[in-house]
Amino acid sequence: MALDVRGASLTALAAGVAARTWKSRDLVEAYLERIAQLDQKLGCFLLIDSDGARKKADAIDKKIAAGKSVGPLGGVPIGLKDIFVTRGIETTAGSKILKGFIPPYESTASTRLAAAGAISLGKLNMDEFAMGSSNENSAFHPVHNPWDLERVPGGSSGGSAAAVAASLCAGTLGTDTGGSIRQPASLCGVVGVKPTYGRVSRYGVIAFASSLDHPGPFGRTVEDAAALLEVIAGHDPMDSTSIPQPAGRYRQASKAGLGGMRVGVPKEYFQAGMDPEVEAAVRAALDELVRAGATLVPVSLPHTQYAIATYYLICTAEASSNLARYDGVRYGHRTSEAGSLEELYAKTRGEGFGNEPKRRIILGTYVLRAGYYEAYYGKALRVRRLIANDFTAAFSQCDVLATPTSPTPAFKIGERSADPLQMYLADIYTVAPPLAGVPALSQCCGFTRSGLPIGLQTIGPPLGEEAVFRVAGAYEARTDWHKRLPEDKS
Amino acid sequence: MSRDKYEAVIGLEVHVQLATRTKIFSISSAAFGAEPNEHTDPVCLGLPGALPVLNREAVESAVRLGLAVGSHIRPRCRFSRKHYFYPDLPKGFQISQYDEPLCDGGVVTFRLNGEVRQIRLTRIHMEDDAGKNIHDASGVSFVDYNRAGVPLCEIVSEPDIRSADEAAEYVRAIRTLVRYLGISDGNMEEGSLRCDANVSIRPRGQTTLGTKAELKNINSFKNVRDAIEHEIARQSVLLDRGEKVVQETRLWDPDRGISASMRSKEQAHDYRYFPEPDLPPVVVDEAWLDRARKALPELPEARHARYLGTGLSAQDASVLVSERPIGDYFDAALAASPAHPKKIANWLINEVLGRVDDPRGLGGESMPVPPAALAELVDLVERGTLSGKLGKDVFGRMWQEKRRAAEIVAAESVSLMSDTAAIEEACKRVVERSPDEVARFRAGAAKVMGFFVGNVMKETGGKANPKTVNEILRKLL
Repeated sequence: MALDVRGASLTALAAGVAARTWKSRDLVEAYLERIAQLDQKLGCFLLIDSDGARKKADAIDKKIAAGKSVGPLGGVPIGLKDIFVTRGIETTAGSKILKGFIPPYESTASTRLAAAGAISLGKLNMDEFAMGSSNENSAFHPVHNPWDLERVPGGSSGGSAAAVAASLCAGTLGTDTGGSIRQPASLCGVVGVKPTYGRVSRYGVIAFASSLDHPGPFGRTVEDAAALLEVIAGHDPMDSTSIPQPAGRYRQASKAGLGGMRVGVPKEYFQAGMDPEVEAAVRAALDELVRAGATLVPVSLPHTQYAIATYYLICTAEASSNLARYDGVRYGHRTSEAGSLEELYAKTRGEGFGNEPKRRIILGTYVLRAGYYEAYYGKALRVRRLIANDFTAAFSQCDVLATPTSPTPAFKIGERSADPLQMYLADIYTVAPPLAGVPALSQCCGFTRSGLPIGLQTIGPPLGEEAVFRVAGAYEARTDWHKRLPEDKS
Repeated sequence: MSRDKYEAVIGLEVHVQLATRTKIFSISSAAFGAEPNEHTDPVCLGLPGALPVLNREAVESAVRLGLAVGSHIRPRCRFSRKHYFYPDLPKGFQISQYDEPLCDGGVVTFRLNGEVRQIRLTRIHMEDDAGKNIHDASGVSFVDYNRAGVPLCEIVSEPDIRSADEAAEYVRAIRTLVRYLGISDGNMEEGSLRCDANVSIRPRGQTTLGTKAELKNINSFKNVRDAIEHEIARQSVLLDRGEKVVQETRLWDPDRGISASMRSKEQAHDYRYFPEPDLPPVVVDEAWLDRARKALPELPEARHARYLGTGLSAQDASVLVSERPIGDYFDAALAASPAHPKKIANWLINEVLGRVDDPRGLGGESMPVPPAALAELVDLVERGTLSGKLGKDVFGRMWQEKRRAAEIVAAESVSLMSDTAAIEEACKRVVERSPDEVARFRAGAAKVMGFFVGNVMKETGGKANPKTVNEILRKLL
């Protein structure tokens, strides 16, 4: 009989492999079976690498049998957002324009996961080029929220969040540019971490907005996410924006307790427009933190109202540049009929990109055009500095900030897809931390009456991941929300 | 001719490929001449997710160049993205420098027809090169990305250049300079030195600038001259006819010797520059600058001045300075024989340079006549041990046989007779058998002296010291 991995934690599974309680191959089979049963309805995976995963699991088991060490994540099945390039395995970033693209190299983060013994089951669905908050922008198929199949899992790392929630992987990697890890973590009731900018290498992570892209982990528990981050964080000479510091001891921090910590509550994050159930759950979470020994400090992040506008100027400008390389010349989609070079570009890109990338390329091209740089991009960079200064000022009064992650729980598929502005507001609480480059984590802090998860966001100062993990770990230790599982719907 | 009515105003953008081992942002070899796409990697191919990492050696080279022309080196500069679509541009943008280049200002100094010319620079910035499109005869196009990511320095001049000759000399001066610095091979044929020209003309005496045209694809010294000459003539004809010069980019066709419009000002690209977010600013601190300054070689202009100081002609000095190894050779020979700079220069220019294909090989191990050996030969000639003619013969044998002059002289007694008695014997024999010539000489025909000397040299097999021969003959006559 297959192992039951539903609800299992990654750290517990790794410990079991190391202790020979179960074999890595058994774990892989158990997850593959769940994927076979459930993913038809969920749509988390874009590619399942069963053979590769089985081979790697057998190799791990052989090593264990021979008494060799297999790394901190030895034998544990994980999944990668399809934005991490994987050598020899198709990588699409959720876009038709990269359909059929087989990278000749491997991202630093996935290389480090493999070196730590983790086994990738495949590539996870996402909004095209990580542009979206609902996963409806995947060029291939949407992802359904495991808590309610009618609803979105959030985005852009929707496949990564839903796969952890539905126990299709023990842990996953995603990327967060304006909330793309934390918002789906919130909507799916799992833990998602956007580390400090430069903490995790972007090498081999398909770029959306270079100065905002943050790779990070999803876990069922705070410790699971910490264990993944410990492996993927740390300096990488292949990424010039990588911070030259080793990874911290996040697992240890997640169990250290928060005694005496000051938790800042920014007033701008508790204003009109928030779903009342979300507000109630987050306020209750703050009370729980106080009971755990924290002091609440009211703080202000006065430039919060400009975060969305600033974010969309910067991310569209950078996206228009980063997506220029998809021209049909070297790899990916190329139009089958083009009479001229101009036509090759226009048709290839017209056919290959979906609406959201097109919208952002057009916006970004507009933002960067000659004579308008100062009015848009230049000004956005200056406001970005002010937003970062807000955080610096706040962290002189407190150790972490606690806020809601998303103003609403998961919304219905199709509900907002016709209204980009409404969709952009889904990120209202998550865009500022990436602009400031500060670390932030989302974890489950309750459920709506209709059974949808609600997320609590903890934000730390630059390189303050340990503080974030201490608070999140302490909260989790006192609550049971993370133990709730969505029903299997096959 | 209408040409004299107008003054040309020319500014050049010279691209220098830096001879670094690896590319500016990745680990592939930057060498020229490999099989297509052999020198590629995820970064220079612009694969999704690949990120640039700046090659410090490229910055070092650019800093050397900046220091050599007296630019201000910014303590902090940054890269920007310059966007346009073209198949040879793998990322859809070039990583260049825009508002914060590495070097501001500077001056390139050279000589044109003996006159010192100084062309001011606007800036020097770093960027990555594009690949190369190759168009098959059948109509199929290929792209070779070996060149993509090779480091470039773009040297932008002020519009200080006034003629096609001056432009060509300016480019030549840059080539000499980058070769002196060892940062590029400066080879125009292989594309490691490329040039775009902004050309306008105006009636002589007018101070405002005329409308300029930008010329592209001028890739040899001859093309620099021809393309600019042609452009000046083209614009002169337009103005003479009362027409206007259109601001545009023109492509030079070296085969047909004409240029054609490539795009007008209205069609000019909007490059949408913005700071490259994948690269932090480049910081060049004082310590780095100090090290780089100390490591600079003697530069061509300083060397030229030093050579003039030793009494060399401007022409000889120019030849010696034209390539660093020639000057190095000269200096080494001069160190061994400090008394005869002019003679060493002559021997080097006429004999040594006449025998080498590429003077850049002068410093090589395989050099048959090293500088000290040339100095030795010059000394032998200047001491009178060898005549000029004999010296040339000996040099030929030194080159062929890789032997030193003293060795050849000693082994084969090719030195001049210093035995005065023997020379006197020979002189007497010649005088005795030439009574007519003696009479003519004594009657005042001084020219006849040549006849006597020549015959004595014949008698002695060319080994008599001409000075001694002259003295003895005068005594006898």
